[in-house]
Amino acid sequence: MIAYISRRLGVLFVILFGSSFILYNLAAISGDPLGELRLSREINAKQQILALTRDLQLNVPPPLRYFLWLRGVFGVFIGNPDFGLTRTSKPVIDEILVALPITIRLVFAATIIAIIVGISIGIITALRQYSRFDYAMTFISFLLFSLPIFWVAVLLKEYLAIQFNTFLGEPTISPQWLIGLSVASGVFWSAIISGTRKRVFMIFGGAFLANFALLSFMSVTGWFANPSLGPIVLGILSVGVAFGVTHLSTGISNKAALKSSLTMAAFTVVAYYPVQWLFERDAKTLIYPLIIIVSVAFAVFVSLRFSKIDRGPIIRTSVLSIFIMGFLVVIDKLMQTWKPYMESDAVYFRPIPTIGQVNALLEPGNFWMTLLDALVHMFLPTLALLLISFAGYVRFSRGTLLEVLNQDYIRTARAKGLTERTVIMRHAFRNTMIPIATIMVVDFASIIGGAIITERIFGWLGMGTLFYAAINSFDLNLLMGVFLLTGFLAVSANLIADLLYSALDPRIRAGAGGK
Amino acid sequence: MLKRKRDKEVSITSGEQAIMNKETEGLSQSQIVRSRFVRHKGAMTSVFVLSFLVLAVFSALETKIGPIRIPGWWKFRYDELLDLRTEGCPSGVVGCPTLDVVPSFIDGTGVGLGRHPFGQDDIGHDYFAMTMRGAQRSLYVASVIGLLGGTIGIIVGAISGYFRGWVDSVLMRFTDFIITIPTIIIGSVVGFHFGNLGVGFLAFYLGLFAWTGLSRLVRGEFLKLRELEFVDAARVAGASDRRIIFKHILPNAVGVIIVSITLLMSGAILLETALSFLGFGVVAPDVSLGSLISQYQDSFTIRPWLFWWPGLLIITIALCINFIGDGLRDAFDPRQRRRLTKKDKERTKSQARIAAKND
Repeated sequence: MIAYISRRLGVLFVILFGSSFILYNLAAISGDPLGELRLSREINAKQQILALTRDLQLNVPPPLRYFLWLRGVFGVFIGNPDFGLTRTSKPVIDEILVALPITIRLVFAATIIAIIVGISIGIITALRQYSRFDYAMTFISFLLFSLPIFWVAVLLKEYLAIQFNTFLGEPTISPQWLIGLSVASGVFWSAIISGTRKRVFMIFGGAFLANFALLSFMSVTGWFANPSLGPIVLGILSVGVAFGVTHLSTGISNKAALKSSLTMAAFTVVAYYPVQWLFERDAKTLIYPLIIIVSVAFAVFVSLRFSKIDRGPIIRTSVLSIFIMGFLVVIDKLMQTWKPYMESDAVYFRPIPTIGQVNALLEPGNFWMTLLDALVHMFLPTLALLLISFAGYVRFSRGTLLEVLNQDYIRTARAKGLTERTVIMRHAFRNTMIPIATIMVVDFASIIGGAIITERIFGWLGMGTLFYAAINSFDLNLLMGVFLLTGFLAVSANLIADLLYSALDPRIRAGAGGK
Repeated sequence: MLKRKRDKEVSITSGEQAIMNKETEGLSQSQIVRSRFVRHKGAMTSVFVLSFLVLAVFSALETKIGPIRIPGWWKFRYDELLDLRTEGCPSGVVGCPTLDVVPSFIDGTGVGLGRHPFGQDDIGHDYFAMTMRGAQRSLYVASVIGLLGGTIGIIVGAISGYFRGWVDSVLMRFTDFIITIPTIIIGSVVGFHFGNLGVGFLAFYLGLFAWTGLSRLVRGEFLKLRELEFVDAARVAGASDRRIIFKHILPNAVGVIIVSITLLMSGAILLETALSFLGFGVVAPDVSLGSLISQYQDSFTIRPWLFWWPGLLIITIALCINFIGDGLRDAFDPRQRRRLTKKDKERTKSQARIAAKND
């Protein structure tokens, strides 16, 4: 195994060396970094040319200059890396360290949500193969596959920022929208929960009425202007979460698991006011990890109290429940921050920005305000990225699950009388996750450098913008810095994916084919 | 209750099998594939839509093949400067579209294309002609990438999967090496320098780098197929390596190949538009769908038609290609099970009843 990994690592470095050499020379012949200055009529143009030539060693021919650059990079091994200077004489590494967290923030959220939503929908479509929902999702995912991201982005800016902002400034839902949204919700739920025609109509009607009532209530009471969940709604949602998580994780018939996650729901409601007080105090961020640790410890303690045997799944169930409930509490707090955020001078009732990554006018200091600001700025670009990447996960997880469901071990599991839930969640779902997990690794790595268009449209100064700027200004060192990072991530992600595959799936052995 | 449900499932599955067997009796592989493909409604619709689009788009404008000029059916050229239309437009807006799809009994004017159905750009170019030109370029790029990338991918994958050993290692490491250089970097570096050499060069260059995914797939397929008996039989009969690769293994891998080439092409359309959007692809005075959108993304609020038409064309083309790929995948997949229609189910039931009576 170690021999295999080291061999792969060796190859990895050879590949990186080769491709960086090619890229360096390609980029070097693609344009003259001094071109603009040569044409410039500024008095000190000549000096600038000289200075730049000295700083970037432009008098050395590119193939040789590459090795000068490489010598600096090899400084990594002696703890003194030198990625060179940009055209504006800043160290490349500094520029990248500024841009990297911004890109990660952008793509991380989008990828995580795409994975969760995509896999869930993929699994539902596979379980309901050839249903109306399946056909609709197939069409939608093909449509999303075919969308150019910049086109989506412009539409999002128009409809979800400019017009949605106008709505949020004066949040009352017009009757047309009310009916439209309710019909959409009815169609959605009746498509997911299939059955006889009568049942489908019942579900459609129920969802339509529930949605209609809820939205009109929210609209009339001005909930959208001053949203919050409050302890009662939080309690109801938490009980729902408790049932849902228990159903998926151990099955409702497992009384101990159900009891301990319901206790978690009760705990969430009881702890609501104390936690609000802690939030109000706006304590240092140290308090938040503490809250998490205490709740998880409490969850483990309660599950141990309730269960005598088979404790692992029960602990898992209640910890998962408390995490989701805690997330609800955070959402509630963010909702409460909404009104002051809207009314602040920096925002002034236009909450969803079309450009930029933070609101510079917002007064710093308030943790929740800053968090909300970051989230609103992430909204549009994340949605654009999400729409594009989620279709892939839907198709992939659907295909994989269908393949798994045709396997002999699934028939065996059914034959020995396991419940459908156990068959799907324990036997089919876990095996579906193996190829998906390997895809995820590669996806994360490739997306770091791949959000160029999204970043450009929404004015985020991340890796994509850096890369774009590097090409446009013939900034070789910057270009190579970005490439080295993305290339390294891409190649090593492939290696990790292979290793992960062999670790997760005992039928596959990495390196066995190498002989 | 549960048991009964299972029993029903089992009987349906075996009935389905019977139908499938009956259907494929005495048919060749290509006949089976064709009949399955024709049954895929989405794919068939896409074939018709796409063929119509291709014909319309390529015959709209004047085509020059060497000295021969074939006139197009549309009255304007894409680079022809015309008078800007102002009458009938909202105030402050010029070059609004004349396309009217609302019949006369609603708004009093009839249905018709008018002089500039898609409107005009800032300086008076006919936008319909520009969109047609853009679609031509995009389709052209997609086909060149599909053809070139497909050929290289098949050859590299086939050699590497068939010969294995050091040939395989070298070729696969070379593939890894190409994968590391993101296509968008190649496109932008190349486009920045050679962009004005024309769209053909751009497509050629992108095709040279677009074969990696395909070659891995083909390699996997060859690794699997080369172990099968028919390959041994061919070898014993004295067939050369070349003959085994092209006459024996390749036809068996054709399903995987065709499907991934269609995906490659729909990806290529989006890649070209993305590059043109960034300004590294097709450059003025030539236009592509991506460069049109990029140019007019800010005019969305005032002159939305400049933005909608090229976008809708991109989506239609890419969507059609994706659906055709899906239909082909289903058609080539031997494990694919068709959804049974009510008629089929009834037929199986009655057959089962007859069989039960005979017992």
